[in-house]
Amino acid sequence: MKFTISPAPHIKSQQTTKKIMLSVFLALLPSALWGVYKFGVHSGYVILTSVLSCVFFEFVSQKFIFKTKVKITDGSAALTGLLMAYCLSPDIALWQVCIGSFFAIFIAKECFGGIGFNIFNPALVGRAVLLSSFPTIMTKWQIDGVTSATPLGILKEKLAEQLPSYADLFVGNIPGSIGEVSKILLLLGAIFLFYRRIISWHIPLTFVLTVMVFSVLFRQDPVFQILSGGVVLGAFFMATDYVTSPLFLKGKIILGFGCGLLTVLIRNLGAYPEGVCYAILIMNILVPLIDKFTKPKFFGTSLGSKFF
Amino acid sequence: MNNFRGGIHPPQSKYTSQIQTEEIPLPKKAVVPLSQHTGSPSKPVVSVGDLVKTGQLIAAATGFISANLHSPVSGKVSAIESRLHPCGYNFDSIIIDSDDKDETVEFKKNDPEKLFPNEIIEIIKNAGIVGLGGAAFPTHVKLSPPKEKKIDSVILNGCECEPYLTCDHRVILEETEKVVGGLKLIMKVLDVKTGFIAIEDNKEDVISLFSNLPKLENDIKIIKLKTKYPQGAEKQLIKAVLKREVPSGKLPMDVGCVVQNIQTAKAIYEAVYEGKPLYERVITIAGFVKRPGNLKVRIGTLLSEIIDYCGGFVEDLPGRKIIAGGPMMGITQFTLDVPVVKGFSGLVILTEKESKSYEPSNCIRCGKCVDVCPMYLIPTVISRLIEKARYEELKNYNPLDCMECGCCAYECPAKIHLVQNIKLAKTLIQQKKI
Repeated sequence: MKFTISPAPHIKSQQTTKKIMLSVFLALLPSALWGVYKFGVHSGYVILTSVLSCVFFEFVSQKFIFKTKVKITDGSAALTGLLMAYCLSPDIALWQVCIGSFFAIFIAKECFGGIGFNIFNPALVGRAVLLSSFPTIMTKWQIDGVTSATPLGILKEKLAEQLPSYADLFVGNIPGSIGEVSKILLLLGAIFLFYRRIISWHIPLTFVLTVMVFSVLFRQDPVFQILSGGVVLGAFFMATDYVTSPLFLKGKIILGFGCGLLTVLIRNLGAYPEGVCYAILIMNILVPLIDKFTKPKFFGTSLGSKFF
Repeated sequence: MNNFRGGIHPPQSKYTSQIQTEEIPLPKKAVVPLSQHTGSPSKPVVSVGDLVKTGQLIAAATGFISANLHSPVSGKVSAIESRLHPCGYNFDSIIIDSDDKDETVEFKKNDPEKLFPNEIIEIIKNAGIVGLGGAAFPTHVKLSPPKEKKIDSVILNGCECEPYLTCDHRVILEETEKVVGGLKLIMKVLDVKTGFIAIEDNKEDVISLFSNLPKLENDIKIIKLKTKYPQGAEKQLIKAVLKREVPSGKLPMDVGCVVQNIQTAKAIYEAVYEGKPLYERVITIAGFVKRPGNLKVRIGTLLSEIIDYCGGFVEDLPGRKIIAGGPMMGITQFTLDVPVVKGFSGLVILTEKESKSYEPSNCIRCGKCVDVCPMYLIPTVISRLIEKARYEELKNYNPLDCMECGCCAYECPAKIHLVQNIKLAKTLIQQKKI
């Protein structure tokens, strides 16, 4: 009689990397549909191009350049593509999207060692490259086919236009990047991820609260500040990226705080109206340092380790 | 409710918890390894060809941390040779062919009222009692703390947090009196006023049984604990019950506490009141056998006889695994020609479906292993240091504190072999290769 031999533990949870990626993908999808509905069918092509080109670049770099196992089925490249498309202007050309994907997947992810080893959030690297390469198209906004400024743009440039109401901000009746406008759909997706225990409250909550508190210091309306721009998308879906966020709870709170603070500083003191992307990228650099200084006390090595 | 930080909630799968304990027929042959306990192996005091009776001393303890062994059956010693032990290594074992008469030596009954603590310890030592939860640490050693360590609490561990296993649950239900009596003896030996019986809240019947008992002595408390793995781990149990943290590298006695297993307490009771040495225990047979259940078996019974008694395996299941112990920490067996030893708590038979094996992938730094580690370690970092052979950095991450409970590997979405890598780290450090 033959028996299987293996080391303990002999039972494992059902959760896998692939299922996590799929869950985040699903949580984000409703917002994509809203983007296509609001900004036209071209934004649908942008999303599709972004996802497919990211998977393509991942395949090419794993198969032909680094000659490692092809792991496109884990879904991480597709998720990067979706997230990158979410922070692009709806009118961007498809070839430009491909350049973004190349930087996101090949430069920011695969060159650093592939999944789990990238220092920066790949999707945000892609967006940052596109923003500095094609600043005009990346800051051209429209809604229902009519060119207009984003709420944060109106504030920054002190334009004469009427600021949108909270309801419009919440539902997404505003110009902006393809996936960031509908807060309600993004929050629904985030609730799904909380429910599945894929993200924890630490990063999103500190991020959002920090933005609110510091916005008040700059005499801005805190609710308006979190409902406009990419704070919700960034706090719940970008900053919580496992690979580029700290391992320990204390570190997660530091990351959330840092992201929030930098966002407010860039919005109020920087050249750009929006700062979420750069805030997260800057905090990404600090993650190894944060991890080093927030290493938890091991069991039985301190008396007061009950705080977290 | 009392709790500790970390841990996981695997499916409990305690299907046998309502099945009455059965005593299985005497084994035809008993294989008694000389090393069934933590510490030095026992030394045989019988030779091949000797006739022995049930309960007769067949191997004596060598040194303080060691234990006596008693014949589980009556019959003839047919060999003393190297045989496979459930831990996967070969050990010298005494093999006894049963004459099926089960003639016992005369058991000397005691009146515990008239015994001094050191006499009780002597009885426990002579009866060969070791921790029956799995680690099999000699009980008389645990009950003889150095003078300067003042013990103020005894915890009886009835958590049984491993999925599938239900033998301790059955013992405390069916032999409540003996278990409580054993606890009182331990308290007497250690001169302790408070005893706790810690039970996970999934064992409602035990909790209601105790609340319905006429009146438990004031000094024994039932502590209801959250059902969580590894609630029954010694340090986590002390943290949950007493809110004390055993310092790294120290023992429970350093925080004034002694933890004993349910079945150990029962064995102590039987040794003191009835004079019966430890030669049988209750184990759980769960999973894919035709008749799962809780069985009282003699030490040394071969697994093949137990499987036969349970009606054999459910047929034709791919990837069958025979696990000695629970599915979280148990050891898979490659043959059924292995005996039950003192620390053997159950036999779980799983198939590919429950016990799927996965290809590991890259760590995505989700931090789940950190969240669930009950020792607050950082499994992913230890594992990566091992994989990258950066051994000199390991000492900053306390791998020796790992108790190999398997929570990290259970939760890991990338299915990394975290426990194996940490075990490797521990071995390298213990062998002073780092």
